[in-house]
Amino acid sequence: MTTETTNLTSGGLPPRLRAALATAGLSLGPMIGAFVLSGLVLLLMKVNPFDYYGYVFQRGLLSPSGVQATLTRMGPLLLLAASLIVAFRAGLWNLGGDAQFLMGAVFVAAWAPLMVQHLPVWLVLVLSMLVSVVIGAIWGLLPAILRAYQGINEIITTLMMNFLGISLSSALVKLVFADPDTTVPQTRTLPVGDRLPVLFGSNVSSGLVIGLVVILAVHWMMTRTAFGLKLRVVGANPEAATHAGLSVPKLTLAVFAISAGLGGLAGAVAILGQYGNVRADWNPAYAFTIVPLVFLARFNGYAAIGYVFLFSALGIGSESAARRLDVPNYFTLVTVALLLVLLAVTERWAALRRARKGV
Amino acid sequence: MADPAPIIRLRGVTKRYPGIVANDSIDMEFRQGEVHVLLGENGAGKSTLVSMLAGLQQPDEGVIEVEGVPTALSSPERALELGISTVFQHSMLVPTLTLAENAALGGRWWRNPDRRGHEARMAETAARIGVVLTPSALTGSLSLGERQQAEIVRALMRGARFLILDEATAMLTPHDAAGLGQLMRRLASEGVAVVFITHKLNEAIEYGDRVSVLRLGRKVGGIAPEEMRALTPRAATERIVHLMFGAQDAAVAAVAPPPVGADAPVVLECLALHVADATVPVSAINLTVAAAEILGIAGIDGNGQKELAEAIAGQRPISSGRIRLDGAFIDGLDVGGRRRAGLRYVTDDRLGEGTVGGFPVSINLLLKQIGDPPFWQGGIERPAKIDENARALVKAFDIRTPSIHTPAGKLSGGNIQKLLLARELTGSARAVIFAKPTYGLDLQNIAATRRRIREAAGRGCAAIVISTELDELLELAHRIAVMSQGRIVGVVPNDADARRRIGELMSGVAA
Repeated sequence: MTTETTNLTSGGLPPRLRAALATAGLSLGPMIGAFVLSGLVLLLMKVNPFDYYGYVFQRGLLSPSGVQATLTRMGPLLLLAASLIVAFRAGLWNLGGDAQFLMGAVFVAAWAPLMVQHLPVWLVLVLSMLVSVVIGAIWGLLPAILRAYQGINEIITTLMMNFLGISLSSALVKLVFADPDTTVPQTRTLPVGDRLPVLFGSNVSSGLVIGLVVILAVHWMMTRTAFGLKLRVVGANPEAATHAGLSVPKLTLAVFAISAGLGGLAGAVAILGQYGNVRADWNPAYAFTIVPLVFLARFNGYAAIGYVFLFSALGIGSESAARRLDVPNYFTLVTVALLLVLLAVTERWAALRRARKGV
Repeated sequence: MADPAPIIRLRGVTKRYPGIVANDSIDMEFRQGEVHVLLGENGAGKSTLVSMLAGLQQPDEGVIEVEGVPTALSSPERALELGISTVFQHSMLVPTLTLAENAALGGRWWRNPDRRGHEARMAETAARIGVVLTPSALTGSLSLGERQQAEIVRALMRGARFLILDEATAMLTPHDAAGLGQLMRRLASEGVAVVFITHKLNEAIEYGDRVSVLRLGRKVGGIAPEEMRALTPRAATERIVHLMFGAQDAAVAAVAPPPVGADAPVVLECLALHVADATVPVSAINLTVAAAEILGIAGIDGNGQKELAEAIAGQRPISSGRIRLDGAFIDGLDVGGRRRAGLRYVTDDRLGEGTVGGFPVSINLLLKQIGDPPFWQGGIERPAKIDENARALVKAFDIRTPSIHTPAGKLSGGNIQKLLLARELTGSARAVIFAKPTYGLDLQNIAATRRRIREAAGRGCAAIVISTELDELLELAHRIAVMSQGRIVGVVPNDADARRRIGELMSGVAA
């Protein structure tokens, strides 16, 4: 990027600022384009895009209760983003986040309401999060072993583990963990007073803080520590890792343990901070929707926070807009998908321009 | 001698890639009814030549004449139209289709292929050249040798007059390879011009009418058909070995280094080392290298040198045998443990495994010490120390890089090699394995690399230099071991008679 901007002759701006502007342009341009294009799609649906986005931003960003809902939802999403950043940076495509999330959530929802009757609440919350990490990691174990020692593609195995995990958690809720006091197939409910504390008298769950701390810690681990560097070497060039004496199978297991464990933790934070129980048919499929955001952020923790915030606000806002304008909730995904496509196009265009300049 | 004009003739064909001349004004001719064998090490330029004949690449200079007419082989389709077909080492047939369906591929997409007609034509073509195959057999159920025969039949069905077999025997069992060899002879007698690329000298001599040897992008010589018929197989082998490895520059007469004193302590020992491998099992390797000694390992590429180097370095499991460094057994240690004991390995796969191309030079210089103090404290990086180390090494080893933060993959081949040498030769190196240390480098970097190897030995390191350039070993090594088919077939002192004796060992005369 810097080489490109120094080649431009116009303007008297210092090169650093020019580079920053160019980067901002490459990121903001596609975002504006995505809103324009999805606005056109809305027009085709005979919906006024200004009305739609007006409702979306009013609810998601401007109303106090909407902002609180946006921030609360960010907690589990940030944890899933952290889970994916670890795996993707190490070149392992863990797409089993949904099952890891659900398994963590189901076990926590089953155990926490029972334990609060016997143990102090803070201890139950801490232990629940530990349980979810272990459960998530166990659900990632099989793909990890197959990848590490048999070289079997983890994309396929984690996707298959999703089917198993989603069905198993539904079966567990119906058959084993069902709340005997209701007729609806769901787990016992954690009383609101025993959930993760809210922040400063608002309704924002402290799950947001957990998410922020974890994703920043993961970013720091991947960029500043020897362990993170080893994982990145494995991701960038496994042959070089072997040549340098790194144990690729062991690091693969470690990556899966961390990534799947964080997936489970995301489930716990969703239950302990927000939902309180799990219904048998519940599967928000957060992990899959987070995948494009993590790519947009280029596996960078800070950028991921920004995208998760935007996505969370769009999601909360679109729920409100959906009720008023009869546009499906999932329309947010159209915007995200257009953003991803436009970003890829911009990147390709920038690369071509660099190539033409002979850099 | 009223030979018809050659079907294809190359005149001064040159092909350049950034920083390397892959083919340097090659003159060559290919005639009908001849098996023309192309020999050369990896990187000698055979693949480039083939890709130009197949229409995949265009020459930068020179012309390709087809039946006397200068022709631009502008695309693979054009080459196929002219009857030029290529069979590669890896089968290009679709495994889930039958042989006849594979032969029908490439027809117009809207037309339903006439399967019966193709089957009949395939059987007929196969019978003509004496190949037994079942056109309705599923490709995936056949052996690699059978698939290659089918590919040749398919090429003939499409009117091939000029058939390139690019290392077609490399993956075959000896039985299948012999079958393919006989098929080549029959094709030649049918009037097809066959170009056969191989590493195996015995195949070249058994099936070839004419031999051309490429070396570092240039054609360094060959054997014409008349001569080929006159020579005994043994004499032909010696001629070829001489062409492939013989002195190219008499001016740079190798001054063999003085022998190492008999009292020098042994540093590195391999005791009855065996390494299991599907293609080249390495067996019964016994080697000792003394302090300050350079041991050369000569041999044609792919005879187990890489496997041996990786086994000593700890990257590849040993099936039996032991390795000692300074008297202590190191075969129980992993790569990191062996490195800490003083063993270093300068790989020849510099981009593939030696470096991480997207990472900065500074990190690549520490790739084998990730987590070690003082560059990491308690597992947390110390950027100042890492940069300091990088700046010192860049200066000491004259690595030409815009910055220590430049991605290593952006450096030239010579500078990447300097980076590897800087990484492996600093610290307490006791024994260093250099795998093809000058492969792909320009003259200046070759000289710099050889100087580093001598300096390392001068400091008392035991050095193993694996090379396919005999002249390099004659210049550097004190003793030279010859490796063939996974075994050390002999070790000779580097004296006046070394070249002849190594040539004999390579061609199997003295085995």
